[in-house]
Amino acid sequence: MKKRIVVLGGGTGGTLVANRLRRALDASVDIVVVDRDDRHVYQPGLLFVPFGAAAAADLVRSRSRQLRAGIEFRRAGIERVELDEDRVVLDDGDPLGYDALIVASGASLRPDETEGLSEALAGRGAHSFYTLEGSAALSAALAGFDGGRLVVNVVDMPIKCPVAPIEFSFLADWYFRQRGIRKQVTIVFATPLDGAFTKQVCNRELSGLLEGKGIEVVTEFNTGEVDGPGRRLVSYDGREIPFDLAVVVPLHGGASYVDRSEGLGSEFGFVPADEATLQSRARPNVFVVGDAADIPVSKAGSVAHFEGDIVARNVCSFLAGQPLAARFDGHTNCFIESGHGKALLIDYNYEIEPVPGRYPSRVGLPLLRESRLNHMGKLAFQQLYWHGLLPGLDIPGIGTDMPHAGKHLEVLSGAG
Amino acid sequence: MPTKSYDGVDVSVDEQGFFTDPSQWREPMASEIAAEEGVGELTDRHWQVIKFMRHEYEEKGSGPSVRALGKTSGVSIKELYQLFPKGPAKLAAKIAGIPKPRGCI
Repeated sequence: MKKRIVVLGGGTGGTLVANRLRRALDASVDIVVVDRDDRHVYQPGLLFVPFGAAAAADLVRSRSRQLRAGIEFRRAGIERVELDEDRVVLDDGDPLGYDALIVASGASLRPDETEGLSEALAGRGAHSFYTLEGSAALSAALAGFDGGRLVVNVVDMPIKCPVAPIEFSFLADWYFRQRGIRKQVTIVFATPLDGAFTKQVCNRELSGLLEGKGIEVVTEFNTGEVDGPGRRLVSYDGREIPFDLAVVVPLHGGASYVDRSEGLGSEFGFVPADEATLQSRARPNVFVVGDAADIPVSKAGSVAHFEGDIVARNVCSFLAGQPLAARFDGHTNCFIESGHGKALLIDYNYEIEPVPGRYPSRVGLPLLRESRLNHMGKLAFQQLYWHGLLPGLDIPGIGTDMPHAGKHLEVLSGAG
Repeated sequence: MPTKSYDGVDVSVDEQGFFTDPSQWREPMASEIAAEEGVGELTDRHWQVIKFMRHEYEEKGSGPSVRALGKTSGVSIKELYQLFPKGPAKLAAKIAGIPKPRGCI
């Protein structure tokens, strides 16, 4: 009897899990990847588009062409998952049954949940770089910006790539310096958190960089309204931040079909799962990878990459009736562009926050410190993404588990 | 570990005054904590949020964020800020005797 694995979403996590599973399993198992379009966006590139450092069109490739032979790509929208029936209802009406389901449908932007934001984005009273179209429009707006207040705002967590708005602020500082108008621009970073970043040692480093670049930080700012015509952000507790150019990261939720699938997701449409095995809380035959998951880890491509290895192994175990042996340690790895052709690198997991040192071992890229090497690493990563990560290959030096060698873990004892 | 005395009972709290052991909390303690935090007299609406915080903590092991409260507590975010002006998630958690909500990552 043939078995079928259905993967919902052909983004980073869905693609690499499907490719890993196709290599691991024989033809007795069908693998179907469902997505509503055939446009796979290299999302880390979106950060560079507003500054003219990447072209939007160069970030897009075919989803189906990233999948190995023997994987079916089904282009359809998802109506809902029927957990009790073990099937997915697609918008062309055909139910698709599964033996194992992998939710890999990422996070979606929900600007409509913030008063005034959808209108402001549509009327270009505010911008966002979290979509291809948005980042391209922001590129034009920045080019025409000759001075005033640039306000970068995160409405609330969780968001994809939590360091991206900080990187955007760093790159804006550099961009205006290069144009010789930095003195005419005030850059404000407004965050709902009580610091630039949630992890303490990293927060100190990033706060120092923000201060050094003359970027104002407004903390615990919970945006209640984006007033596009009035050019101001208003917080729920009544504070106002005026702007000439606003770059807002909207609220995130899961894919909309999760809300229509009884018992699958949280109130935000993310799918709760065991943080080690990545098996969903909803059903034993449903697994989650990447941004779609409701687990205490950053929504980042590196996380989807490391989780992909775990999910592929555990789905194989599940189908074979064996215990789920692969366990995710929360490994996260992010380059943080800081401008001037430099970047920082952070590497951490559930237990260990980002610390200085080197990655992946004592000889390697410097951690939590600005360096040209890291910037080159970030740029080189784009090729690795298409040719190593998505095909589901094991990349030498980038293991699933967080490496301890090379890290100055002793700084944590003083971090409190 | 610091301790505080509410309703005549010593309880364990963290450096910021959040309960570290929610089982030590009793309803009469809420008004004393609220007074310390400048929240004023607790109304039925406050209590709806406080009871919801306790319930969520028992279910999920962590207090909800403001956004989650707005979606699921039956009290809008705007009203939450009127009830707990300096930050509903943190203040309501403190008054409800549960640990500080985990910041999102």
